[in-house]
This record gives sequence, structure tokens and C-alpha cells, in this order.
Amino acid sequence: MQAIKIKGSDDTPNVILDKENGIFEISGRSLPEDVAAFYEPILDWLESYAEDPLEKTVFNFKLEYFNTASSKLLLDVLLKLEDMYDDGKDILVRWHFPDDDEDMEEAGEEYADIVEVPFEQISYTID
Amino acid sequence: MANLKDKKESLEFVYDFYVKMKKNNINLAYEGEITHQITKAFTSLTESNLMKEDDVNTVQKKVFHVMVECLQNISKHAENRNSIVTSKDGRGIFMISKDESEYNVTTGNVINNDKIPKLREILENINSLDPDGLKTLYKQQMREGRLSDRGGAGLGFIDIARKTGQKLIYSFLTINEKRSFFVLTSTISRLKS
Repeated sequence: MQAIKIKGSDDTPNVILDKENGIFEISGRSLPEDVAAFYEPILDWLESYAEDPLEKTVFNFKLEYFNTASSKLLLDVLLKLEDMYDDGKDILVRWHFPDDDEDMEEAGEEYADIVEVPFEQISYTID
Repeated sequence: MANLKDKKESLEFVYDFYVKMKKNNINLAYEGEITHQITKAFTSLTESNLMKEDDVNTVQKKVFHVMVECLQNISKHAENRNSIVTSKDGRGIFMISKDESEYNVTTGNVINNDKIPKLREILENINSLDPDGLKTLYKQQMREGRLSDRGGAGLGFIDIARKTGQKLIYSFLTINEKRSFFVLTSTISRLKS
């Protein structure tokens, strides 16, 4: 399966979806001009991945900022992971947030409430 | 062509405008199309200005959040049909002011009068809720709402109310029987809570 590697910019996140190396990550900033178009290939990729996933999938979110339009699409990503979990796959979501960013921590808590999938909150320090 | 006297007056207007901006602590004022490029330019400009202040990181982030949502509201929803060339981006006015205790982000745009009742209902509903109520509404809208063809998730105003912890201050000023000017001010406190 072809990996997706998108280098982040000041308005789009860094995305790595790499089955071969077991890396699944969305990080950085997300406020793309056309949020649906940006996330479409990511959701399509996950759709195909769900047909034959790895034994364990650890999906990392390490976002610095996302706008409300992106929050809806991030939920769609999480719902794909939830579908896999419902199918009996081993899924873990790791939500990383800066230790001084309560809003980002809370956003993680809210997603954890909405989707039924193992969810870990991890704080990190920015120098 | 404007004559010399008119031009002189317009210079006086510039000074007048400058004085008014200073008096109202306005750091940034813009009127025009709100494109994605404009949104990016204003947010990065404000970000670099914020870095110079000794505001805590959370205040900076909140200002950033509110700016993006306000600008995207105009770009997606403002009526823009008085120009011959129809553009996909809405236009409006955008201002940021700052004093010792707070930042204010103000936007204004033209809206069709028939859209006012619905918008007022949304804003009043948000203003009637406490933080827990807003949280519930946000989650509900995220789950049930659909992305509009303009890429809006219906979450912007809720997010502004949550991030600022304040009521949305707004007004609809009548232009004529068809249109009004919608003004919204969001306040981000600089004081540690």
C-alpha cells in the first residue's frame, strides 16, 4: 500500500500514513483553504487500509492548532479508526498536546468522549 | 477627477482616521475581500506582533483562534453581490484593537435581511448557554452537522464563545429593506484568570 506523506505548511498539517513502517500521524497546523479536499485522500487511504490493517495501529495526533472546519474532518478520521476498532482490530489513538494548552487537551477529551476507541492523552513540553 | 480641494480634504481624512485608530487602540483595520491569503497574512502578522508582547501562550492562541474563525465567517458567508465581478470570497471589515486588559476582534459584513432571524437565533442560543452547555452543543454539532458546500462546519461562533469565555456581542444595522450590516466583537482577556 502506497504511503501518504504530506509535508506540513503554515496552514496544512504534516501527514504520514505509512503501513509498511507502521507510522500514522497528523501533526502541526490545520486550517486549509479547502478542508474537505485536503482530508479526502486521507479518508480514502484509511478506507482502503481498513480492509487489511496491521495487527496493531497506533495513530498519533500532535496538533498545534486546528480550525473548526478541520475539527469536523478530524472527527471523520477518528470515526474511520472507530470502524476498524468495531471490526475487532487493535487500535490506539494517541492525542499529544502541549502541557500549557488546555484547549488542545480539552479537544482531545471531547474526541475521546465522542468516539469509542482506545484513547491516550499525552502532554509534551515546548521549549 | 477630484480637484485639489477634495484631495486636500482626503489628506485631512487620513489624519482624522489615524487619530481615531490611535484613540480606539486599533492595531489593524482592513476592508475588502477576505481571501484565504488575507486570512493567512493577518494571522501571521498578528502572531508575530503577539510574540513581542508578554502575553501567555494561551492568550495568543485564543486570539489566533478567534481571528481565524471570524475571518472565515466573512469569507464564507458575507454577501458580496454589489460588485459586478462575483467572487467566491466574501468581503467585509476586520479590526483588531488592544489595550492593557484585552484584545478585541471585530468583524462587519453585509447580510441579507432574510438571513437575520436564523442567525440571531443561533447567536442567542449560544449566548444563553454556560460553558458546559456550549461544550455539549459543540460536540453535538460536530457529530451531527455536515460540512457546508462552502466548507463551514457550523462551529465557528460556538468556538469563539468557548475560547473567549464571553458572550457574543453583535448588532444588525439596517442598510435598506434588503440588507443589513452585521457587526460582531469578540473579546479575549489578557488578564490571568
